Amino acid sequence: MNDPVIDVQNLDFAYNNHLILENVNLKVRLGDFLAILGPNGGGKTTLIKILLGILPFQQGKVTVLGRKPGKAAHRIGYVPQNVTGSDKFPVNVLDVVIMGRLGFLGRFRKYSAEDYAMATRALEQVEMSGLEKHIIGNLSGGQRQRVFIARALACDPEILFLDEPTASVDQPFHSKLYQLLYDLNKAGKTIVVISHDLSVLSSHAKSVACVNKNLYFHDSSEISQETLEKAYHCPVELIAHGPIPHRVLKQHH
Amino acid sequence: MFEVLQYEFMRNALLAGFLVSIACGIIGALVVVNRIVFISGGIAHASYGGIGLAFFAGFSPYLGAIIVALCSAIIMGVVSRGTKHRADTVIGVIWAVGMSAGIVLTDLTPGYNVDLMSYLFGSILMVPLGSLWTMAGMNLIIFLLIFLFYKDFLAMSYDEEFALAMGVPVGPLYFLLLTMVALTVVMTIQVVGLILVIALLTIPSYLAEKYTISLKAMMTWAVIISIVFTQTGIWLSYYLNLSTGATIVLVAAIFFFISGLVPQKVLSRQS
Repeated sequence: MNDPVIDVQNLDFAYNNHLILENVNLKVRLGDFLAILGPNGGGKTTLIKILLGILPFQQGKVTVLGRKPGKAAHRIGYVPQNVTGSDKFPVNVLDVVIMGRLGFLGRFRKYSAEDYAMATRALEQVEMSGLEKHIIGNLSGGQRQRVFIARALACDPEILFLDEPTASVDQPFHSKLYQLLYDLNKAGKTIVVISHDLSVLSSHAKSVACVNKNLYFHDSSEISQETLEKAYHCPVELIAHGPIPHRVLKQHH
Repeated sequence: MFEVLQYEFMRNALLAGFLVSIACGIIGALVVVNRIVFISGGIAHASYGGIGLAFFAGFSPYLGAIIVALCSAIIMGVVSRGTKHRADTVIGVIWAVGMSAGIVLTDLTPGYNVDLMSYLFGSILMVPLGSLWTMAGMNLIIFLLIFLFYKDFLAMSYDEEFALAMGVPVGPLYFLLLTMVALTVVMTIQVVGLILVIALLTIPSYLAEKYTISLKAMMTWAVIISIVFTQTGIWLSYYLNLSTGATIVLVAAIFFFISGLVPQKVLSRQS
């Protein structure tokens, strides 16, 4: 097996003396489709932000694409959960999407024609062509989410991190988004997605990590009731919106 | 009406208003979109500590203001970026302590009584030629820095965490921004005084943001609007025999309230 693209060893993370993540170990293989599950406040977003180099961590060893978090920015795409302060900001769609090229470009250089071409192509992928010049504040929540997905795709990333990407997206785009992720994954990209959308997890995900302070890794697209219960610390019912999951999850023995 | 232009003080005043408007428009736009108005106010007031120190120790008051403004900008930056509890309260404390230290230091300065009012409310009719050159130099530095790091400042202002994930050095850029705020504030103190600085940093940018669709356009229009406010204010104050700094701010305030009646930007599209 190749070296893992994401390697986390004995990671601890505390915020204001409050332990959020404890002794987390995770290896993600190239081409994996990892779904991260867990209760709110369980540390899912924190884990992703550590992998992206947004949050500095206190203890443990973390490498992403063989480098320290944040040092391989040009090979990584990121769709955050919600973007702060974006409502009235004077910026148009294309200018937001092209921010996805920043990791490539570094400082002291202007966006080139190629950067704009990549941004335009990313907008096509999320079916937002023709809206390039619209100000971001005038878009609906779902449209904005698509723009952020395009921004993540603009650098043609090797690893794509998504934090609840379907939270504010319209239902028809749900399945299109996961089809897009499925296609990208098939093309060799590694996908790491935080989601509550169990139907998609069971049909697309190749592995599952349950995060609730600790991390439980399952190298299979199946996830048992027991796994979920461990992560949520209480018995849960499987709830799916819309179509019922087409794969029945079985109990671990 | 133009015969007054034969007086050097009037020419210098108009030119100072013009130069200060450039810095205030560009930096003010970043202050508004990054929501650091409170920190900027803190830097302005704390800088009075430097003016007091300069009088006490006998060196140039604007040098003192710059030094203390830069120091307080860095301290406030550290406090606001850290995980410190009640960061805004700490900034408020620095604000008041700097100001008080300045007042006590001028009290302790032997000899003549310093004209406190000219620093609080500006002394634009007494701007010497040398200051104009300093202002022009600072404008050039600010313009170059913004030109070099425009896309990075835009990314940081719009979505700081995404910028970080893309390898943009958000921390250093933030401190660079606060440094430029400090320079702008000290420059502007001469025109409208440290109490009114915040108006010239925020009102033109606020108005510009309402009717523009990019940060670049917001900066440009903030500069233009600021020029209109300062020039109008200076002429009005001359003819009506009023305090210049306060008149400039009231001119800005009139437009601020009128803009509340004018509809928001309706242009969703511009090609």
